[in-house]
Amino acid sequence: MRKKIIKKSIADLPAFVTDYIGMALALALLLVIFGLSARNFFTLTTFRTIANQVPDITIVAVGMTFVLIIAGIDLSVGSVMALAGAVLGLSLVEFNFPLPAAIVMCLAVGILCGAANGLVIVRWRLPAFIVTLGMLEIARGGAYLVTESRTIYIGGPVEVITDASILGFSLPFIVAVAIVVAGQLVLSRTVFGRYLIAIGTNEEAVRLSGIDPRPLKLAVFVLCGFLTSIAAVIHTARLSSANPNAGYGLELQAIAAVVIGGTSLMGGRGSVVSSFFGVLIIAVLGTGLAQIGAQESTKRLITGCVIVAAVILDHYRHRIRKSQKQVLVSAKAKP
Amino acid sequence: MKSATSGTVFRACDIDKSFPGVQALSAVDFDLRAGEVHALVGENGAGKSTLMSIIAGVQKPDSGQMCLYEQQYEPNGRADAEAHGIRMVMQELHLISNLSVAENIFIEKLPNRFGIIDYDKLNGAARKIMKQVGLGDVDPDVPVRLLGVGQQQMVEIAAGLSRRCRILVLDEPTASLTDREIELLFTQIRKLKAEGVGIIYISHRIEEVTRIADRVTVLRDGKVISTNPTSELSVSDIILMMVGRDLEHEQLRHGSKAGQVALRVVGLTRGRKVRDVSFEVRRGEILGVVGLMGSGRTETMRAVFGADRPDSGKIFLYGAGEPVEIRMPRDAVRNGIALVTEDRKEQGLLSALAVRVNISLTRLRDVSRFGWMDIAEEQSVADRYIAALGIRCSSNEQTVGELSGGNQQKVVIAKWLYRDCDVLIFDEPTRGIDVGAKFEIYHMLAELAEKGKAVIVVSSDTKELMAVCDRIMVMSAGRVAATFGRNEWSQEKIMSAAFSEYVGV
Repeated sequence: MRKKIIKKSIADLPAFVTDYIGMALALALLLVIFGLSARNFFTLTTFRTIANQVPDITIVAVGMTFVLIIAGIDLSVGSVMALAGAVLGLSLVEFNFPLPAAIVMCLAVGILCGAANGLVIVRWRLPAFIVTLGMLEIARGGAYLVTESRTIYIGGPVEVITDASILGFSLPFIVAVAIVVAGQLVLSRTVFGRYLIAIGTNEEAVRLSGIDPRPLKLAVFVLCGFLTSIAAVIHTARLSSANPNAGYGLELQAIAAVVIGGTSLMGGRGSVVSSFFGVLIIAVLGTGLAQIGAQESTKRLITGCVIVAAVILDHYRHRIRKSQKQVLVSAKAKP
Repeated sequence: MKSATSGTVFRACDIDKSFPGVQALSAVDFDLRAGEVHALVGENGAGKSTLMSIIAGVQKPDSGQMCLYEQQYEPNGRADAEAHGIRMVMQELHLISNLSVAENIFIEKLPNRFGIIDYDKLNGAARKIMKQVGLGDVDPDVPVRLLGVGQQQMVEIAAGLSRRCRILVLDEPTASLTDREIELLFTQIRKLKAEGVGIIYISHRIEEVTRIADRVTVLRDGKVISTNPTSELSVSDIILMMVGRDLEHEQLRHGSKAGQVALRVVGLTRGRKVRDVSFEVRRGEILGVVGLMGSGRTETMRAVFGADRPDSGKIFLYGAGEPVEIRMPRDAVRNGIALVTEDRKEQGLLSALAVRVNISLTRLRDVSRFGWMDIAEEQSVADRYIAALGIRCSSNEQTVGELSGGNQQKVVIAKWLYRDCDVLIFDEPTRGIDVGAKFEIYHMLAELAEKGKAVIVVSSDTKELMAVCDRIMVMSAGRVAATFGRNEWSQEKIMSAAFSEYVGV
């Protein structure tokens, strides 16, 4: 009986609260566990470390969320980030470009790689998995080529980006949060976002409704490339250098974060804000485990378990949502 | 096994079953005799499927008893029911599309030697069964996905027939079959009857029921309205009991005011399915299109709409001298052509999304400002169409996948009404829909024509078309075999035209 009342009161809350409440609770739980078990967890340093770590992966995760929503996947983000970062470093160090011009070059690389992915996928109707796997190799090779396989030290010119801060938050962190908010609004409030959800749900039905899905799909891959290159600027600035090995395995981290956030790999369902929570959960887990002295091996083992557990939980969350709906429907049916 | 007698083989007493918010079955009694075809009819949501899933062990009743050969029968899952000799051929196809026809038919017991499939034996056995259901000209080795929907349905039925059973449940077996295929199915049913198998036959097509069934049970709102020998009932008696109100096959249209030619198709050709097809539809007119399964009806309409690219042919719109170029559905829609596809679930609906999202999809520009969704406006549009078409849903936020077939179809139609096209093509709009909703949809078509729209309806149900259309075009083997006006047609003429291209080939 009591269970029913709780269920009902949850159902009465606005949808955006119920959507995020689980993620927020999971994050809070992690914070409490590490706060109790690590002596110096609740310190400014810890949170500053996390806030420094997450902007680039957050921005990539936003792009990945859009790609997964249309039932695609982009495996090339890590390599593209390295290539874009390398071009940024090269522009600053070799060609002595001013920072804004170098950033434009960097963003252009991301957009081009995304467009190449999208065009090939749309034009020849190929699976995104294979095409972006190809781009993963191409962009990584490109990054080695332009840097001659060496790390380019940049220093001062890019450090201004990480040094800038507003109200104690670093510029990259603010940019990342702004992109999350904008991404969520685009997804849930715009015609473009609506089309993407529709394509991810049933592309053929969308096509037969008189909407050409191809330019929309292309736009999503371009967007993902573009966001990846923004992440490249931030990543390069944080390390003060462009490393051709940057972003190794980033695609899987991003997918993990997005999936923890409840976005479906089958398309049609997902949320940018939840992906951000996914990023935070992974980051807190990593930092917290490091502070209680866990080895890299243990960290990866536990992170893996969390990913699987999150997906299982999401499965049940949906079943509960469905049964709630049925209760609501029957309540409405009776006058 | 007991020999075939006319005694009762199965009996269900006082079955109750409820789902959250719905009493699906209340105090249902049902029995089946050996060698009998017992039809179960009722509108969608009347409880037929629930009753069958209980008999087939998929669900458990809340209360009530079932007996099989005078013994308590409490199936524990579908496999258990099958072990008791109860077989079910479901409405939805359960074929594995990449496996061959033969493999699908014998999927549960593939003939093998130490795990290696004996293909000679498999294909031989399959060929025998396939011949019985009229699939004799299909290679048992060919993957199921290459067959048309009608043939796939026959494979599903063949698979059901291949297994020894005492009770066979056929749920809407003829939904996508041609008349010829239906005859073959009926022959098989009669053969099984003679062997003493009890058959439960579920169908929306009442004429069929009166032909094949010995007894009819009518369900309405989860209750048994009556069980009678078929010989004592007429079609209209049955329909009356199903819907609780009188619905004659009335003439829905009384003379048309056909105007300007809205769509003229000349020499449309695509592969071997559509061969040199020419026709026209006027504003205010309803053109029916009939043909056997595989006659190219659907393919023709898809080519007109740009869903598949035609090899050649011209399309003229609204009396223009220049043909329009339609390369994809987007071009068709921009030119005011709409296509309500045959396959709702795969091609028409975003099943996982809300009713509101489905209705507004074709015209998002009008429920948004500068690319920004106006959700309130979208909801009011959706509510308007929900009220206008009588879509039964809890609210415009309900997921379309949760609605019944008829209401899903209305959502698809609402989507196109909102787009306000001038040429509307409906491909099998009443397939798998209950009688009440069928009539609502045909009334809707008549109303659209009244408003000056050009309407094309593809259907396998010639009688329905005769009630609503101004002209009927008959297709045969990819060609237009004949076109009949309102006073020229008869069922015989239409059928002989439909077969004309197949004769002597």
